[in-house]
Amino acid sequence: MVENRPILTFLSHLIIVAGILVVLLPIWITFVASTHPIENIMTAPIPLWPGGKLIENYTTVLSAGIEDAGGVAVGVMLMNSLIMALSITIGKIAISIIAAYAIVYFQFPFRMFFFWIIFVTLMLPVEVRILPTFKVVADLGMLNSYSGLSIPLIASATATFLFRQFFMTVPDELAEAARIDGAGPLKFFRDILLPLSRTNMAALFVILFIFGWNQYLWPLLITTDESFYTVVMGIQRMVAVSDSLPVWHLVMATTMLAMLPPVIVVVAMQKLFVKGLVETEK
Amino acid sequence: MTEVALNGIEKVYPNGFQAIHGVDVAIADGELLVLVGPSGCGKSTLLRMVAGLETVTHGEIRIGNKIVNNLEPMERDIAMVFQNYALYPHMKVYDNMAYGLRNHGVPKAEIDERVREAARILELAPFLDRRPNQLSGGQRQRVAMGRAIVRKPSVFLFDEPLSNLDAKLRGQMRIEIKKLQQDLDVTSIYVTHDQVEAMTLGDRLMVLNGGQVEQVGSPIELYERPQTRFVAGFIGAPSMNFIDGQVNEDGASVMLAGGERMAGEGAAFANAAGRSVVVGIRPEHLQIVGEGDGVAHLQVSVIEKLGAETMVHGHFGEDRTDLTIRLEGIPDLTVGERLPVHAAAGRLHLFDPDTGTRLE
Repeated sequence: MVENRPILTFLSHLIIVAGILVVLLPIWITFVASTHPIENIMTAPIPLWPGGKLIENYTTVLSAGIEDAGGVAVGVMLMNSLIMALSITIGKIAISIIAAYAIVYFQFPFRMFFFWIIFVTLMLPVEVRILPTFKVVADLGMLNSYSGLSIPLIASATATFLFRQFFMTVPDELAEAARIDGAGPLKFFRDILLPLSRTNMAALFVILFIFGWNQYLWPLLITTDESFYTVVMGIQRMVAVSDSLPVWHLVMATTMLAMLPPVIVVVAMQKLFVKGLVETEK
Repeated sequence: MTEVALNGIEKVYPNGFQAIHGVDVAIADGELLVLVGPSGCGKSTLLRMVAGLETVTHGEIRIGNKIVNNLEPMERDIAMVFQNYALYPHMKVYDNMAYGLRNHGVPKAEIDERVREAARILELAPFLDRRPNQLSGGQRQRVAMGRAIVRKPSVFLFDEPLSNLDAKLRGQMRIEIKKLQQDLDVTSIYVTHDQVEAMTLGDRLMVLNGGQVEQVGSPIELYERPQTRFVAGFIGAPSMNFIDGQVNEDGASVMLAGGERMAGEGAAFANAAGRSVVVGIRPEHLQIVGEGDGVAHLQVSVIEKLGAETMVHGHFGEDRTDLTIRLEGIPDLTVGERLPVHAAAGRLHLFDPDTGTRLE
C-alpha cells in the first residue's frame, strides 16, 4: 500500500512501538535485574533502571557459577550448549541434504518405502521416543558425552522433507546438462545442488540452531556429570534450589547470556538468508 | 568427420509403453537432421537416446566409428542445447560455458581462449560476468549455444531450443543457428514441433508420428511428395486439404465428395483408376479458374484477409469437409459465392483411405 496519510503512518508506528515494548519489557527487566545486588531485587519496588553490579555479576556467573546449583561456571555451560547446538544443526543439515539427494535423484529398490519411513517419524513426538532412545544411548555408553547429547537428535525428517521439496523444484534439465558437461553425481551435488541450496540451508540453520540450543528434556535426562550441563537446563537447576532462595540476580545474568547466541545467529544468518533470496532464481 | 547412425532403435519404457518403434537413419558429416512431429511422437526421446540421457532398448547408435549405446553422455563427444536452456543459475555466464571444459580437464588458458572466442561469435562478450537471471531470453539462449560451442563436440543436439522465445526472436535465432551450424560444419540433430523451423533449418527432415518414422527426406521432397497422409498434413501451413474421392475408371478425373469432379491432363490418375482415395490438395495449389469441364465449385463460407494473401474457407456441395484456398492479395469475393476452382493434376496427392500411404 502506497499512501501518504500522516495520521495512518503515525498510528501504524504507534502500534508497532507498543508491540515492541510489550516484547521488550520482560527482557529489559531481566537485564536490569542482572545488574543489581540480590537485596535490591528481593525488596519492592523492583528496580527499573540498571544498577552498578553489571560486571561483577557477570564475572561471577561466567567463571564461578552458582554454588547452590553445583557451582558450574556458566562459561562451561554455554560452551556445552554451543557444541550441542552446532553438532545438531550441522549434523541435521548434512544428513538431511544427503538423504534428500538420494531420494530425489537416484533410483534404488524401496526408494519410496524409505522415504515414507523417514516421513512417518515426523508423526511421533519426541516424548514418545525418548525412553527407547535413552535405553539405546545408555547401552551404547554415550551418557555424559557430547555424542550422546547431539547424535540422537540429528536424524531429521523435517529437514529431509524440506530439501526433498526443494530438489524437486530444480529442473531435471539442470542435472542432464551437468551430466553432459561431465559432472558425476558427487560433482553435480557439490557444484550445482549445494550452491543452489544455500538459501534453504541458511534458513534451516537458524531454525535448527535455536531448536538445538533450546533442548531441555534430553540433556536433563542423559547428563549427570556437571561438566556436560547445558545452559538451558542449568538455569532450571539454579531456580530449583532447596534450603535457600534462588539468587535471582545471577540467574538473570545467566538468562541474558543464554539468549545471546540465538540472537547472534538470527542476526548473522538473516543477511545471508535475504541475500540468497535476492540472488538466486529457480 | 562424424557420421551418426541409428540402426533399429527401439525404446520401451519399464511400464511397457513403446515410445520408439525401430528407427533407422544415417546422418552425414556436417548434416543437420531435423526430427519433427507432434508432441508425444518420440522425437525428444530419440534425441535423448543419442545424448545418452535415455537408455536404448534395442538397436545401436553409432557416433563416428564408435557404438555409444553404453557410454555416458560426456564420453560421447556431444553437446546439447535444452529447451529451457538449463543454465546453472548460480554461475556467471563465463563459468556456465567453462564448466564442462573444467570437468574435462582442459588447461585454464585454453578454456579462457575458447570461452572468449565463443562469446565473440555469439556477441556475449559484455555479459560474461553476469548471471543467467540478469540476461534476456535471447541472451540466455545464446549462452546455452555458447556452452555447446566451447566443447567443440562432434555432434550438436538441439531440443526445441527456440520454443521459449517470442516469435520475432525465434525468427532471428533460427537464422543464427543455421549460420552457426554451417560455419562450424558440425553434424547436428535438431528437434522441433514447429514445421516452419523444420523446413528452414533442416538439410533433411525426419517426420515422426507415434514413435514411427513417417518419412525422411529434404524439406522440398517432403513438401512435394509426401509419402503418407500424415506427412502431407503436417508439412506446410496452412495445412493440406483432404477430401474423400473416387478415381474414375478411365483414370482421367476424380469424383470428389459433394459431387464435384476435378479432371487431370490425360489419364493422370491411371494407376489408381477405379479406386476410392483421399485427395490431398495444398491451399496454395487450389486456384480460381474460369468455368469449364472438370472444374470443381467451392461454396465460400469464411474469408480471412491477411493483406499479402487471403485464405478462403469453404466446402464442395453437400459435403461438409472444410477446405482452404490461399490466394494472392485481396481478391474481391463474397461469402456464399460459388467459386470455380482447380488444381493441376501434379498437385493432387492421392492417398489410400485405409493405410494413408501415397498412391503413385
